[in-house]
Amino acid sequence: MSALIRFARSPEGLAGLVILAVLAIVAALAPLLFPGDPLRIAGTPMIAPFTDPSLPLGTDRLGRNVLAGLVHGARASLIVGIAAAIVAVLIGSIVGTLAGFAGGLIDEALMRVVDAFQIVPGFLLALAFVSVLQPSLPIVILAIALGAWTGPARLARAEVLSIRERDYVASARIIGMHPLEIALREVLPNALPPVLALSAVIVAGAVLTEAALSFLGLGDPNIVTWGSMIAEGRAVLRSAPYLSIVPGIALIATVIGTYLFGEGLSAMLSRREQQS
Amino acid sequence: MNSALRLIGRRAISSIPVLLIVVIGTFFLLELAPGDAVDAYLVSIGGGDAALTEQLRAQYGLDQSPLSRLWLYVTALLRFDLGWSVGFNRPISELILERLPNTFYLMGSATALSFVLGTALGIVSGARIGSLRDRLLSIGSLALYAIPSFWLGLVLSVVFAVQLRWFPTSGIETIASGKEGFDRVLDIARHLVLPVSALSMIYLALFLRVMRAGMAEIWRQDFVRAARAKGITRPRLVLRHVARNALLPVVTMLGLQAASMLGGSVVIESVFAIPGFGRLAQEAVGLRDAPLLMGIIVVSAVLVILVNMIIDLIYAFLDPRVGASERNT
Repeated sequence: MSALIRFARSPEGLAGLVILAVLAIVAALAPLLFPGDPLRIAGTPMIAPFTDPSLPLGTDRLGRNVLAGLVHGARASLIVGIAAAIVAVLIGSIVGTLAGFAGGLIDEALMRVVDAFQIVPGFLLALAFVSVLQPSLPIVILAIALGAWTGPARLARAEVLSIRERDYVASARIIGMHPLEIALREVLPNALPPVLALSAVIVAGAVLTEAALSFLGLGDPNIVTWGSMIAEGRAVLRSAPYLSIVPGIALIATVIGTYLFGEGLSAMLSRREQQS
Repeated sequence: MNSALRLIGRRAISSIPVLLIVVIGTFFLLELAPGDAVDAYLVSIGGGDAALTEQLRAQYGLDQSPLSRLWLYVTALLRFDLGWSVGFNRPISELILERLPNTFYLMGSATALSFVLGTALGIVSGARIGSLRDRLLSIGSLALYAIPSFWLGLVLSVVFAVQLRWFPTSGIETIASGKEGFDRVLDIARHLVLPVSALSMIYLALFLRVMRAGMAEIWRQDFVRAARAKGITRPRLVLRHVARNALLPVVTMLGLQAASMLGGSVVIESVFAIPGFGRLAQEAVGLRDAPLLMGIIVVSAVLVILVNMIIDLIYAFLDPRVGASERNT
């Protein structure tokens, strides 16, 4: 309960929560607000915004409803961002825990793999991964997670190294628990809070990476995303720049909301009282 | 000097296994691709019969087993040979070397701009934690940090290239302008203003935040109180004592962000049509040129290692303790 109070006390966290809640509601209601495929043609091409009441933000080069695209795009961004972060934190904390707990050769080998993933630009890796395996939502999620799990892995390992010397781990060893069980059931849950505080940053990064991938035409072609809308608007950038600008603003709002939420989250998870 | 060399040597040796993991991992990732370079080539020339396919596969060594091809690749790599690009019909190392300078101009300028401006604004912000100036800069940096660089690039080009016509919309220099010497440098600089701004904003915000956070931490330390008690002037306290000690994490961050910036240049080069290393990656994807993509990933890994070695040297220069521990071993 006190953790929730700490979260509510941080103004950043509350602001982030509000932004994310609005986005989540919009994303959840997208099929009700704009039923049918947002990629279908809804009117004449290039209707300017605020001219047709049934198409408030107008239409794009192919006559698709811009507002419907925005609302459905929120879905794609949130799903990819959150799923990629979950996969990244999952892989990272398992690898980090194993490395920190096992030590020795296993630690050395796993950390060299972490190094290898860290020196390859994550975006290049995602680009190669998606182009090899054909763009679809799960592949894009996996591709982004591949470039994002090293942070959680390093953090989890550092936490585990300090936790494994504690008394309750020694007691677990004495009662004969299997090392793997100790690592996953005793150490991992205690190493997790700082890794979770990092997860908001990972979500924000994943949202941005997804946008960049679909901007380059490497997103799922059957799903409307903000990145693909920006790329689509690029063809008419001189005559109708708003087609690229509006989805970008939605993207910025999402990322800012996530960062603010993350600040609240770390205020909540830090055991010390926040000094203002 | 000797200790610095030893530091570099140790880093170089420890990065060999990491690089090997990158090579093997990328190789098997690209093995998963349906079809190979020969298929892509046949599609581009309008198809061919089975005999031609076999002949081409044998010519490029694609008829051998994956393991023997990996072995061939690694041994060729030791001779700095990255193989042959089917898509461009040229040696890959030649292609990459040709594109690298443009990316260096872009990334070098973006790094310099974001580092200098980011730390300077971070010092302004961190000089008085909690002041109005600090709050405004914190909000501003948060907003900048959330802006996708490719979108910022588009907006900048709409405003400054299309509307105001101050800067060119794309390219690295005016084609066939015949400019030489200083004129050419100016021309390239003019072309780089928008892409560099678009690429550096996110890092500027990051350096600002790291610098500010570092200073906030240092203000609480005893030596600051001691310096204050000594009666030194405030600018001297801020710059010589607080900011100087907060600079190290920013330098570390500079190394950590090298890979991310190289990735970011892929999108920026595509927005501004700069024929650089990053755009080559996108072209490799478009041409389904797996060996070229592989070469690009390997070279980018090497570049990141090199940047981090330079950062290590700077670090040892800034913090004598790093060099000292190196001398003892």
